[in-house]
Amino acid sequence: MSAAKRGAWFFAAFAVVALVLAGVVSYFADGDPDGLDHVTTRGCTEIEGRLQGACPAAHAEDHALADSPLADYTVGGDDGLTGLAGVLGVLATLVVSGGLFWSLRTRSRSGRDTSRGP
Amino acid sequence: MSTLAMHASDGLLDAPTSLLFGAVAVSGLAVATVRARRELDDRTAPLAGLVAAFVFAVQMLNFPVLPGVSGHLLGGALAAILVGPWTGALCVSVVLVVQALLFADGGLTALGANITNMALLGTAAGYLVAVALRRFATRSRAGLLAVAFTAALVNTVVAAGGFVVEYAIGGQGAVSLGGFAAALLGVHVLIGIGEGVITALTVGAVASARPDLVHLLRGAPVARELAR
Repeated sequence: MSAAKRGAWFFAAFAVVALVLAGVVSYFADGDPDGLDHVTTRGCTEIEGRLQGACPAAHAEDHALADSPLADYTVGGDDGLTGLAGVLGVLATLVVSGGLFWSLRTRSRSGRDTSRGP
Repeated sequence: MSTLAMHASDGLLDAPTSLLFGAVAVSGLAVATVRARRELDDRTAPLAGLVAAFVFAVQMLNFPVLPGVSGHLLGGALAAILVGPWTGALCVSVVLVVQALLFADGGLTALGANITNMALLGTAAGYLVAVALRRFATRSRAGLLAVAFTAALVNTVVAAGGFVVEYAIGGQGAVSLGGFAAALLGVHVLIGIGEGVITALTVGAVASARPDLVHLLRGAPVARELAR
């Protein structure tokens, strides 16, 4: 296989792995609070949906964009569509970071590139 | 509060502290953007884009660390080992910005603190550990995996330490700082073990397929041996 082809295959495989992790494996993620959430809610009790007590999280504010369509990794609030939200997130990240890094890169001097990805 | 929120929300830190770390983040990103140019070329730029997308995907995969407590990848050490520290910091930053703007995860005023901890401090610490141990990484495949694991573990704990510092400067609530620090660092040692395993698996997989693309192994004569 040529170097260019090998490069393309590698990049494609990397992208597929990311899409499968976000689109499928994300359904098996642990739904418990993460370490930061757990520690910042210690010392509070939840009363009628609001945290009461001395813990830091009692001061947490709702997210300014909490009503946006993909908020909390759902689609329109439907967490059955977490996988779709994840796929859209992977694509959005790829577009933003890919565009940023491609524009920042040092262009190859020969003008020809033998190992370019997709 | 949603349990799907993965990063610090608004309101945990007071306004001056949020502003201070917003300035820290902007300064750090400005430096990283200038320095990343030297790490990025026609070969590494596509990889860096994919690494950011991969970090976004894996951050969704919370794993259990204690009864009722989960953890997830931060990704700074992983990105730095694969694409270099400055580009790695930008990778994690792009993920955090996408999460805050599209997924309402991680507060907008807390974005500076979140970038400072996970994209700047964690990535820097993880990369420094990886560089310090680089001779083991280039010696054998087991060495590479061990270095990736250790760098990622340190990355996670240092990022949590960053939040402890921010909380000490301007945190809200009335909990004891010592107890808060011990609990946050303790749980992030456990999360760091998971981060270490994921990072070692990922770096190992990339090194198997394309050792030439692993930033940490660049210039190492034995890089080809690691492909076995």
